[in-house]
Amino acid sequence: MGVYWAIGVRSFRRFSTYRIATASGAFTNTVFGFILCGIYLTLWHERPGLGGYDVSDALTFVWLQQGLLMPIGIFGATTTVELGERVRSGEIAVDLYRPTHLMLWWLSVDLGRAMFQLIVRGGAPLLVGAFVFDLKFPSGALTWLAIALGLVLGILVSFGLRYLVALSGFWITDSRGTEHLALVLSLFFSGTVLPLVVFPGWIGDFARATPWAATLQVPIDIWLGRNPGGVGAALLFQLGWIVVLLLIGQLATSFATLKVVIQGG
Amino acid sequence: MAVIELSNVSRAFTVTSRTGFRRTRREVRAVDGLSFTVEPGEVVGYIGPNGAGKSTTIKMLTGILVPTGGSIRVAGVDPSRNRLKLAKRIGVVFGQRTTLWWDLPLKDSFAVLQKMYDVPRARHRENLATFVELLDLGDLLDVPVRQLSLGQRMRGDIAAALLHDPEIVYLDEPTIGLDVISKARLREFLAQVNAERRTTIILTTHDLDDIEALCSRVMIIDHGHQIFDGTLAHLRASQSAPRTLVVDLATSLPPIEVPGATVTKVNGPRQHLTFPTTTKAAPLLAEIAANYPLVDLSVAEPTIESVITQLYTPTPTS
Ligand SMILES: Nc1ncnc2c1ncn2[C@@H]1O[C@H](COP(=O)(O)OP(=O)(O)OP(=O)(O)O)[C@@H](O)[C@H]1O
Ligand SMILES: [Mg+2]
Repeated sequence: MGVYWAIGVRSFRRFSTYRIATASGAFTNTVFGFILCGIYLTLWHERPGLGGYDVSDALTFVWLQQGLLMPIGIFGATTTVELGERVRSGEIAVDLYRPTHLMLWWLSVDLGRAMFQLIVRGGAPLLVGAFVFDLKFPSGALTWLAIALGLVLGILVSFGLRYLVALSGFWITDSRGTEHLALVLSLFFSGTVLPLVVFPGWIGDFARATPWAATLQVPIDIWLGRNPGGVGAALLFQLGWIVVLLLIGQLATSFATLKVVIQGG
Repeated sequence: MAVIELSNVSRAFTVTSRTGFRRTRREVRAVDGLSFTVEPGEVVGYIGPNGAGKSTTIKMLTGILVPTGGSIRVAGVDPSRNRLKLAKRIGVVFGQRTTLWWDLPLKDSFAVLQKMYDVPRARHRENLATFVELLDLGDLLDVPVRQLSLGQRMRGDIAAALLHDPEIVYLDEPTIGLDVISKARLREFLAQVNAERRTTIILTTHDLDDIEALCSRVMIIDHGHQIFDGTLAHLRASQSAPRTLVVDLATSLPPIEVPGATVTKVNGPRQHLTFPTTTKAAPLLAEIAANYPLVDLSVAEPTIESVITQLYTPTPTS
């Protein structure tokens, strides 16, 4: 087990060396936060109580979302993008002749990245937003614990999805197409384009049942205290998707290594 | 007990190529009915022209590629079924790829490897100290891998592959792109590791000096078939690559006539003659000296390159 911890810690440290990327990323998030607040203010002014959010919920959603996009990896993450490239180039061979499990290895790498981005820049947009707007902050140790758990689970769900996308390169020669499709699905169903609560009827129900909902929408709702079925059900929902995705991931890994050809000499 | 055993191993790839809307499938037999065994402590040079199937063989030996036919046993187990278990007992270097972590200082890569292979700390320190000294890595330990030159990185990769005292090491073109001095140093290092630790080494290369310096045994593969297996001396002797005799005469003459040899080139008073390995040189010389104004001469043995080139391009059989 020690090796997974060791590589996770080193991945954390690696991302900590990208200082300019971190700063400019947080700045971009903040700018987008203001733009989105403008849009959301108009929207919730027109339709007060839209999706069960009040104005303060909607604005808090914006700033949380901006902080969490990177750590959760809504647009994809450097780590799993690298994995996809390794599959395409055949470099993956190097990972496969190591005495480590491929998925656990990349999970550790990804968690190291996510933890750095969560701790160092995750809260930055929220702090800026809180100066300007009246945002919601949770109270109570238990809620904070649930939020922390929800965030970690969200990152794990996201990893499960991104891992499968990266492995698709074993079967599909040009897996960049898969990556683009995954990006569109992720942007829409995670609640990045609009909070999923605003979608009515079966579209909303469907969107909120997808694994992408478990990445971003669910943890934010835990913060806001707006999970339709309560916090327990929300965490179980995330856990369910993690089990499903990691099982498929494990299957795909064994299948890929047994049946599939590694590119290049 | 053989440490590596292949019997009748094949690996086919299906290659699909597309021309317009047509898709054609073609089967490439990268390795075709390969059988050999390797004993512990052997250093085997595994050579062959581009596309011969060397890398494919190595991939099957490490377990990351499953053979489509035949059976492989490495250290007593089937590599593809026991890939993770076997990984602890082998070391791999693919010349064009790196095991090291691009953004980490070299020493961090080594620290991760210690954990990965569960190397006892004391042993790890001891091995690291040895390799740092032998491969001259001291100044490089704090440098991120992406800033290393090719030769420096390769030295790091070799150390990384050996830190966990593997029983078998596969080196796929480890000297590719290295300068003469780095190559020599690497060969010396590998020879020493093999001598001191009895590590079995399988080495593929296009540099025959690697083979001459290191390998007690050469295996040649072409189109997935084994075409030679034996010592280097044996390889030289087995082939009837003609020897060359260069004679300098007192004057320019038309091509001289000597039974058992043929003139291939005339260059003023200097003439080049070739004769088969089966013919003795001394009687030829006597013959020439008796009939022509001989001033000087030299006999050239076929180079190992020419021997192998001859093997790669088989003479058409009638
Ligand atoms: N993933 C693959 N898909 C299709 N064909 C492949 C694949 N990998 C190898 N081959 C084919 O198998 C044959 C052997 O390739 P291999 O890489 O083993 O050669 P090699 O002996 O290592 O050559 P080189 O000296 O160029 O490295 C080649 O014809 C190659 O095109
Ligand atoms: Mg090769």
